[in-house]
Amino acid sequence: MSSLLDFLNRLFGRVEKSSSDIAKKRLRLVLVQDRSNMSPEVLEELKEELIGVLTRYLEIDEVGMSVELDKSDDSVALVASIPVKSVKVRVPKIRSLEPTGVSE
Amino acid sequence: MSGQVIVVTSGKGGVGKTTVVANIGTGLAAAGHKTVLVDADIGLRNLDLIMGLENRIVYDIVDVVEGRCELKKALIRDKRVEGLQLLPASQTRDKTAVSPEQMKELCQQLREEFDFVIIDCPAGIEHGFHTAVAGADKAIVVSMPEVSALRDADKIVGLLEASELTDPYLIVNRIRMDMVQRGDMLDVNDMTDILGLQVKVLGIVPDDQSIIVSANRGEPIVLDNRSRAGQAFRNIVRRLQGEEVEFMDLSQGGLMLRLKRLVGLAK
Repeated sequence: MSSLLDFLNRLFGRVEKSSSDIAKKRLRLVLVQDRSNMSPEVLEELKEELIGVLTRYLEIDEVGMSVELDKSDDSVALVASIPVKSVKVRVPKIRSLEPTGVSE
Repeated sequence: MSGQVIVVTSGKGGVGKTTVVANIGTGLAAAGHKTVLVDADIGLRNLDLIMGLENRIVYDIVDVVEGRCELKKALIRDKRVEGLQLLPASQTRDKTAVSPEQMKELCQQLREEFDFVIIDCPAGIEHGFHTAVAGADKAIVVSMPEVSALRDADKIVGLLEASELTDPYLIVNRIRMDMVQRGDMLDVNDMTDILGLQVKVLGIVPDDQSIIVSANRGEPIVLDNRSRAGQAFRNIVRRLQGEEVEFMDLSQGGLMLRLKRLVGLAK
């Protein structure tokens, strides 16, 4: 129900979030971490290993990189943002030395 | 005969597990079901006190599992309600005194004698929890509209699932509708939203001073026809028996609230 006070608050641009809304938001976030069973240490380890693999192919900005678990609707997603500085030029590995009939 | 074994749990302490056990147990017995309450909170015995049976204890659950006395001899008959008995916890031992296997065996014996076996689980997620849930068919999670109680409830729902106790019931305890209406307390819908679809709300119990009074006297509130919390527990008992009962309207309606809403002092 829209009340006089709500109306006045909106008129003067003063909309305060209720403490139950704050509680809901905080709980949602903390439960994502709880349910994913992943401690910050493990997440850090994952990040380090990701860097290890990625730097074989790309030059990345390790400081600007972020890896975190995020919740969308009812599922948890691993969201990584990795700024790429440049792509390393690499000679592709020859997978097989046996003649295959198809030239590589 | 094979009765139903229900464990009442919460993770966090102080949310009202023991009160819930005392009241639904008393309510089920008052409705004519043979019911036994098992206090699995070994070392922190309290269910006897809430039931007003603390002066009648001779033997306890540890005496039974260690074979010092027969199960029947350790059971205490309730003084008010026919068909209601209590198996008290030991106050001198600790949680490790009963193993999950012994609890399973005990529940098996009890379900042959009773329609309902209601287990009061200790707070926490350690040995005591695993023992208390070991012999149960169904779990009730008690929580409060408060961040730490809900976080712990979520954890417990996960652990129950791991123990093959899926789709637990939720009892929302100590809700204050005046605070919900002001936007200062999570509502039941918020709670079920946060905990996910796997929980089914069994009841909503308002915060009620008469709970303290009833604990003081050792008389479960479910027997008090004038109390709102008592009514909430009677509804829970009916739902446990398979009845469809509408949730009570806990909002404090009336002229004052409507006036306050109009000028925006309440939601």
